[in-house]
Amino acid sequence: MPDVSVLTSLSAPGVGQSRLAAGLRHATRLIGSLILTFLGLTVITFCLARVLPIDPVLAIVGDRAPMDVYNAMHKKLGLDLPLYQQYWNYLVQLCHGDFGVSNFTNQPVIDDLIHRFPATFELATLAILIGVVFGVPMGVIAAANQGRWSDHVMRVVGLIGYSMPVFWLGFVGLYIFYSKLGWVAGPGRIESYYEDIVEPVTGLMLIDSLIAGEKDIFWNALSHIILPASILGYLSLAYIARMTRSFMLSQLSQEYILTAQVKGLSRTRVIWRHALGNIMVPLITVIALSYGYLLEGAVLTETVFSWTGIGRYLQDSLRHNDMNAVLGTTILIGAMYVTLNLLSDLFYYILDPRSR
Amino acid sequence: MRRTTLLLVTALTLGLATLTSPAQAETPKDTLVMAKAIDDMITADPAEIYEFTGGEVGTNVYDRIMRFEAEDLSKIVGGVVDSDYKLSDDGKTFTFKIRPNQKFHSGNPLTADDVAFSLQRVVKLNKTPAFLITQFGWTPDNVESLVKAIDPETVQMTITEEFAPSLVLNLLTSVVASVVDKKVVMSHDQGGDLGYAWLKMNEAGSGAFSMKSWKPNESVVMEANPDYRLGAPKLKRVVIRHVAEAASQRLLLEKGDVDIARDLTADQVKGLAGNSDIVINTYPSADTYYMALNQKDEHLRNPKVRQALRWLVDYQGMVDTFLKGQYIVHQSFWPSGFFASYDDNPFKLDVAKAKQLLSDAGYPNGFDITLDTSTQVPFTDIAQNIQQTFAQAGINVKIKQQDSGQLFPLYRARQHQMVLIYWSPDYMDPHSNADSFARNPDNSDNPKSKPLAWRNAWEIPDIMAETDAAVKERDTDKRKAMYIDIQKKVQEDGPFIFLFQPTRQTAMRKNVSGWVQGPTFDVVYYRLTAKD
Repeated sequence: MPDVSVLTSLSAPGVGQSRLAAGLRHATRLIGSLILTFLGLTVITFCLARVLPIDPVLAIVGDRAPMDVYNAMHKKLGLDLPLYQQYWNYLVQLCHGDFGVSNFTNQPVIDDLIHRFPATFELATLAILIGVVFGVPMGVIAAANQGRWSDHVMRVVGLIGYSMPVFWLGFVGLYIFYSKLGWVAGPGRIESYYEDIVEPVTGLMLIDSLIAGEKDIFWNALSHIILPASILGYLSLAYIARMTRSFMLSQLSQEYILTAQVKGLSRTRVIWRHALGNIMVPLITVIALSYGYLLEGAVLTETVFSWTGIGRYLQDSLRHNDMNAVLGTTILIGAMYVTLNLLSDLFYYILDPRSR
Repeated sequence: MRRTTLLLVTALTLGLATLTSPAQAETPKDTLVMAKAIDDMITADPAEIYEFTGGEVGTNVYDRIMRFEAEDLSKIVGGVVDSDYKLSDDGKTFTFKIRPNQKFHSGNPLTADDVAFSLQRVVKLNKTPAFLITQFGWTPDNVESLVKAIDPETVQMTITEEFAPSLVLNLLTSVVASVVDKKVVMSHDQGGDLGYAWLKMNEAGSGAFSMKSWKPNESVVMEANPDYRLGAPKLKRVVIRHVAEAASQRLLLEKGDVDIARDLTADQVKGLAGNSDIVINTYPSADTYYMALNQKDEHLRNPKVRQALRWLVDYQGMVDTFLKGQYIVHQSFWPSGFFASYDDNPFKLDVAKAKQLLSDAGYPNGFDITLDTSTQVPFTDIAQNIQQTFAQAGINVKIKQQDSGQLFPLYRARQHQMVLIYWSPDYMDPHSNADSFARNPDNSDNPKSKPLAWRNAWEIPDIMAETDAAVKERDTDKRKAMYIDIQKKVQEDGPFIFLFQPTRQTAMRKNVSGWVQGPTFDVVYYRLTAKD
């Protein structure tokens, strides 16, 4: 029977208020740290971009521009202002929701990101699903069969994924699966004659084509995405499998495993339900980090497969020293990592009763 | 555990099997699909276009005042105007008649007012390529009086500087002479910008194709204009897909997912040799590959050192090996095969001669020097070859490779010692290259323009006077002789070592015919291309 005084104290208004106050303090600290994070991110990116040996004016007007054209563009870009003023102007603009215009696409940066991010999101999400669906079981099987042939095979498979340059894997994949076997489609998100047929609802080609009822386009999109997603998935799988194996070995050496088996639980149940369950928290961290890495945009994969994602957008922006595009993409990537951190925290809360 | 393994393997196999899609569809019969790197295209406005892809798109979307037509790239004929024109006695006033019954893609008739407006707009906006016609003496203040429509069918242009008529006509074939639809452009005028913000991403032309869409770094889609003055194009649509990697372009071409691959390297072209579905065509190019020698450097300032370096390059060796099939040796600034080209190639690898010249110059043991170059193929290979042959005479070359975004600012700022780079002419008249290699009106650190002679700090009042005279010479033979003389002088003593002239190999599916590719980036025509 619970202590009535405890119950009374729990229901007292003072307790609820202190919880609310604690919650508000926590939210304030969180918002404050987010603002500081983004400020720091933009300041550092801004300064780094300014020391890049690439002339943003020449990237627009071209190498042969006469000096009067060059000077006019230099002034238009605000590059004649002191650095702190250029940064301040950008911050003011940002607070109004204006990310500026990209110098090489001539579009608002926000439009460019809205157009390109879904391509990266679609590729990264499919890749991480492949990485998790195959990588976690691989890691578990390897740990459970430590020293046996299945463990060695899994480790070699993982090592290849870890070691091989991704662009090489991409080319070899295209050569084998596209050129020779014809199992998948070539570079690009969709065949050129299917472009602009499907209304972009989510920006995710697979989902939008299903919404529009365009089955041919769906299969064509799937055929294009499966190879780059598999290659990126393979890289994620290699890392996830390795970490899963490591976490599992740590769990399997603990006494409760032996106790559970002695008590009559099957080895399968002990491994897949108990041991695996106990590594979910660090495993979520690993998966979140892998997902974040993919969401940054895999530049080399996007180049080999002509994938119009934010990886290539950021690379092109840097090559042109396009400040607005570089900062906008940096902020987006920062926001993604923050979101992933928050989601990870939520998963910890759900999975680990000790954190509640 | 075995059951789990089996389940996994089954899932993998089923997954792969479901993806075995039916044979990939070929490209549509009425559509030309091209794989090309188009990340250089930053504008669609002909008053601003100055990159390869933009120029090529502009050639097909806009008509120009004069043209090198697809049917015969060797001569200049009238574009939107008749080929015959009137020239005043002083050679400064050109009167053109507009060809009848021409329409823009909007349906608006093309008149003399559109032609005059198009040129005026270029001068007033004063973007990078404006110099091509502002050198006529046109300024934002005087252009409306010097370029005007006399009546709806007649446009008159008066130049204030003396130019050979052939040069003027040549300049009127360049992208800035594209004719834009005045009504459409001005309907998008924002605050007096002459439609600049709108035309950057859209088009208002009368060319063989209309630009249906341009997604930067993704694709350009063009549709045939059935009412084009020279007849409807053979294909309904042209799609240019951005494919940055040449290896990916090759795979797409082999599978038939594209009809033409534009950026294949020599190695990849070799690899396609046995493929009966692919045809490799070779086209002349007007590019010039050269090495620049900054005269601010004490070693390179010595004429004997410059002479010695010319004898330390294995020109033919490179062309016979890793440059095979795509380059020829050419040692002057105007490309071979064009009016007034100078085809004498006196230099070859002669280490003994070079060592003697270096010794006479006071450097018997050589010296250290830096060579800046691009990361693109084949510059790295050429640079390494030069490094190796220079070393034979004691010259230690340190190669610094960089992206063009870093290389051009460095070159423009005269911060280099040697640069390995190439040059493309703006138009097909020798003055286009002479203007840069053989003119340096102001060698100070803050000039109005930065031609290549300036970038290498080469002060040449005599040669510049000869170049300025050649521009005005109306006798064709005399003009030709002048340019040949200028090229000889630059070849012998200039701060340039001219190396190669490329040819361009374009790979296409065997069912593609009628592809027209001229020597410069904007003389590439789609309208005669067909697919059998």
